[in-house]
Amino acid sequence: MADHLDQSAVANKKAPVIEPGHTFATVTDKISAIVLTRPISNGWVVGFAAGFMVTMMLLFALGYLFLKGTGIWGINIPIGWGFAIVNFVWWIGIGHAGTLISAILLLLRQSWRNSINRFAEAMTLFAVACAGIFPLAHTGRPWLAYWMFPYPNTMNYWPQFRSPLIWDVFAVSTYFTVSLLFWFIGLIPDLATLRDRAHNKYSQMIYGLLAMGWRGSARHWARYESAYLLLAGLATPLVLSVHTVVSFDFAVGVVPGWHTTIFPPYFVAGAIYSGFAMVLMLAIPIRKIYNLEDFITDRHLQNSAKVMLATGWIVAYGYGVEAFMGWYSGNRYDQTLLWNRLHGPFAFWYYMLLACNLFIPQVLWFRKMRTSPVWLFLISFVILVGMWLERFVIVVISLTRDFVPSSWGMYYPTRWDFMTFFGTIGMFLTAMFLFVRILPMISIFEMRTLLPEAEVKPE
Amino acid sequence: MKTLPIYGTMAEFDSAQHLVDAARRTHEAGYRKIDAYSPFPVEELADAIGFHKNNVALVTLLGAITGGLAGYLMQYWIAVVDYPVNVGGRPLHSWPSFIIVTFEMTILFGAISAVFGMLALNGLPMPYHPVFNVERFAFASKDRFFLIVFASDPKYDAQGTRQFLESLEPRSISEVPS
Repeated sequence: MADHLDQSAVANKKAPVIEPGHTFATVTDKISAIVLTRPISNGWVVGFAAGFMVTMMLLFALGYLFLKGTGIWGINIPIGWGFAIVNFVWWIGIGHAGTLISAILLLLRQSWRNSINRFAEAMTLFAVACAGIFPLAHTGRPWLAYWMFPYPNTMNYWPQFRSPLIWDVFAVSTYFTVSLLFWFIGLIPDLATLRDRAHNKYSQMIYGLLAMGWRGSARHWARYESAYLLLAGLATPLVLSVHTVVSFDFAVGVVPGWHTTIFPPYFVAGAIYSGFAMVLMLAIPIRKIYNLEDFITDRHLQNSAKVMLATGWIVAYGYGVEAFMGWYSGNRYDQTLLWNRLHGPFAFWYYMLLACNLFIPQVLWFRKMRTSPVWLFLISFVILVGMWLERFVIVVISLTRDFVPSSWGMYYPTRWDFMTFFGTIGMFLTAMFLFVRILPMISIFEMRTLLPEAEVKPE
Repeated sequence: MKTLPIYGTMAEFDSAQHLVDAARRTHEAGYRKIDAYSPFPVEELADAIGFHKNNVALVTLLGAITGGLAGYLMQYWIAVVDYPVNVGGRPLHSWPSFIIVTFEMTILFGAISAVFGMLALNGLPMPYHPVFNVERFAFASKDRFFLIVFASDPKYDAQGTRQFLESLEPRSISEVPS
């Protein structure tokens, strides 16, 4: 298969998925050496320390929040949602690219995914963990969050299953669990490789425990491949459902600008859009620092850029439909909302959102931009900002000005809002820094299957 | 010194193709209690050693059905039987709003059954296994391919099996103590 891939790549003048000249041994050594033998560099220490300090800021902000209550945030009626929900939706969305890469591209037999799926899945887990902090903190009493799960209790009460917020609890917790399982079973064969390569007794023991005695038996591989494929098949509808359910949090409500049927597909496309931007922002520095250009080639950057371009246009279609329906519905509240977006107090951010998500990413039509790591990194950053602004516009503009002008209000985020938001970015980076040094960030066994020598003639 | 009983005889190969060919010939020669080890999944290998079907899909299906049923019945029981909340006279059995949690529970139980079913059918975790006694077996997770004939095979005899495996032109042959 890999041979045929290389030939088609040459025919299309595309960069290969894996640079020629690699063998099973070189692939194994190169990826496992990052974890096992590479000394800890000063750059890593500085980056980790910076991320860790920002994480401490998050803990401080959350500690103060738990002490004082959500009043320290900028939220007040009529704006009950604010930064917490904006950040929640933004982080969950970022996670979606990881599942798209690991599950959907696996089912579509896009074998280029093999070199980026592992760290994209890690990204998913850490992003969902960051996302989970916000609704928990937003409840105001996170120590009672388990009340959202149905369990027999002495209060004689049960959750309300007709509420989208309860759907969210099930969707997000299922998503985290399934992502974790998918990531872990993908790791088992590589953990066995690390167990066999490690020289340090403790690493041998820890990797050995985690590998659970994996020995690569043909019977095990057959069951393993079945399970992996089935998980991909289960994760595919799951990932589409998660952001759909998140969009129901809005769409099931009656607030102008939320109550629309375009929300589920538009949210899912936006999620993949921002997720691929985050994948590129991680992949570009990682492949440079760890000299992984052989495995994460220009082909991967180009393909990711194309996915961003395509999903960006679905998102643009969503904006178009929102504006059109605002006018066409003839509903005065929807028309007022559109006017507020274009001329209201947050109009600047709406235009920034259009610039970041709609206009600037169009430079990706040029091959030069799609093959330049520096430009891709910058454009990805712009898209991430744009997607954050999109959620801000949806949450805040609709809530500040709903039906009756007497109930209108303004929203001013406080320093605690910003500390919590940037704090989760620090937590995300800390987790990524640890991940690249502790676990193989590229799936070693799936890279082996891409080599020409992995091919076996059928009987 | 006490000699350990023999667990099997193991041959080491250089390539996936070589291993698959060897496994096919071993199976054709009448050996049934055999296994093959590769550093990545080789689709033909399971067929070559005579392992054609596995039950992971069945386990996953059963898990998914259980999850879906449990999810729906739980919501029905809570919303209709144990904790009915009258919202403006709307029906208690409002099934469209139960679909999402039913779906998520189906996926959750299916995924958990796939992973733990696979591990259980594979007999993992199993930190100790006799094949790890062979020093060169550490390369099974890197770039070497191994074939083993277990001593429990009715056709197995230490001398004859070794000679047979040598005829497959492996890179090396070792006895696996149990």
